Amino acid sequence: MASNNTVRSIRGRVAVAGIGETTYYKHGGSPEPEFKMALQAILAACADAGIDPREIDGFCSYSNDRNEPSRIAAALGLRDLKLSNMQWGGGGGGGAAAVGMAAAAIVAGFADCVVVFRALAQGQFQRFGAAVPAKTISGDQAFAAPYGVMSPGQRYAMKAMRFMHEYKIERSVLRAISMASYYHAQKNPRAVMYGRPLTEAAYDNSRWIVEPFRLFDCCMENDGAAALVLVPAERARDLAKPPIYLLGAAQGSEYRNAAPGHNAPTYGSASFTTVAPRLYEAAGVSPGDVNVVQSYENFTGGVLMSMVEHGFCQPEDANDFFVLEHLLAPHGKLPLNTSGGNLAECYMHGLELQIEAVRQARGESTAQVPDVEVSMVCSGPMVTPVSSCIFGSEATV
Amino acid sequence: MTATQVFYLPEGLPIPVPEADGLTRPYWEGLRREELWVQRCPQCQTWQWGAEWICHHCLAFDLDWVQVEGKGHIYSWERVWHPVHPALKPRRDPYIAVLVALPQAGNIRMLGNLLGDPQQAVVIGASVEVVFEHHNQAEPPYTLAHWRLV
Repeated sequence: MASNNTVRSIRGRVAVAGIGETTYYKHGGSPEPEFKMALQAILAACADAGIDPREIDGFCSYSNDRNEPSRIAAALGLRDLKLSNMQWGGGGGGGAAAVGMAAAAIVAGFADCVVVFRALAQGQFQRFGAAVPAKTISGDQAFAAPYGVMSPGQRYAMKAMRFMHEYKIERSVLRAISMASYYHAQKNPRAVMYGRPLTEAAYDNSRWIVEPFRLFDCCMENDGAAALVLVPAERARDLAKPPIYLLGAAQGSEYRNAAPGHNAPTYGSASFTTVAPRLYEAAGVSPGDVNVVQSYENFTGGVLMSMVEHGFCQPEDANDFFVLEHLLAPHGKLPLNTSGGNLAECYMHGLELQIEAVRQARGESTAQVPDVEVSMVCSGPMVTPVSSCIFGSEATV
Repeated sequence: MTATQVFYLPEGLPIPVPEADGLTRPYWEGLRREELWVQRCPQCQTWQWGAEWICHHCLAFDLDWVQVEGKGHIYSWERVWHPVHPALKPRRDPYIAVLVALPQAGNIRMLGNLLGDPQQAVVIGASVEVVFEHHNQAEPPYTLAHWRLV
């Protein structure tokens, strides 16, 4: 009997054929309704791939995206919607998971042309970083909100603080991560922070949001939409752009990560300690093979822990590893967040990171790393579940 | 307490109430009596916090609620400067939230505010004890569990 590993793998069997996005706006800045932006991004991804939008037969998204596949299918006149899939929980931690589920559905034969998308118009709806007005509160949030622990930054600062305490992490680490995103955004005309470089002094003098995070350690909130089109690998070879293959994707949650009231046993963590080993095994690569990384910056401390948990450095070496020049394209040791990411390109809830990873593997980035073969994305540190994925160029399959 | 009561954070933040299924009711009722009550499994003696309907260790239902001493040490902390709730916007000072581990109860953790100077240096590992803050005028009335250095 053939090895189960051969059968139960998506490696190289699905490719991203097209990527698309709207203009990225400051939060509340979109002139367009959220649903219209979702359609625009999807059509842009189809145009990039060179396929008729009527070929789409499935959708995957995450974080309870408001734009339902059935409405999109009706709006676009899709003949046969075969897949309507939502990643459950984890907010932006679902980005790579959505890509993985799209690929799994294609390999399983559930669908043949699956769009992964995310759309946000924060002016038209509730912002993530503002407390939801409520007179009473219960459940897990009742242990936190009455003490002023309400926003994502407030929820996760104590995780980063604990990790920084355990491994004597210096502030320069968070600054380097922030400055890498801003540096790359200066090369990216799509970036909301294009033309607004960040200096060391500006970082150091920026106001605290919640210690250990300063203003520039925190993601933006934005309006926009982004989409990727995934198809079987053999179909992708006939299309407009070179196929970018999905080598692996993994999602998950550590042992009792969601224990209420901040009782996760592994507390000072980005939550990738169980996911990262599965990802590398599925993709058949090791950290040393990865040419460029997009790592979701809700907060810089989460990026630090994500990189450690994905094996790029030991926590004891983080102060030496996270130096700005090591994180920059084209020639840094580990070019990081090369579009500007959530901090400086656009907080498209991390889907812009998937798109940038594909651009790097195609050779189309505005901060291109030479000869990218293996391109990684980590989605949503410190939430649960989290996910990550690895794309590869033609050379990897 | 009278209307001159000064709370660590201003009133207007969400009022904690038990869930519809009553899971954490013994905890919130305990705070009203200035007592900390948490879960412990009668079968395997595992401490469990926050509350759940089943013991994560041995999968027994019907955990006991037991009272624990309000002493522990700071496991992690944060100092909040940017207010995200309307009730906090008029404040000028930051505030401190601490995560406190209770060694006498399997190192379960509890979240609260650290009383005292909001700009004080906070040391992970420092010993703290619980301080109850009653919101008797709230509807419904409730009590919070804060912490102070000992």
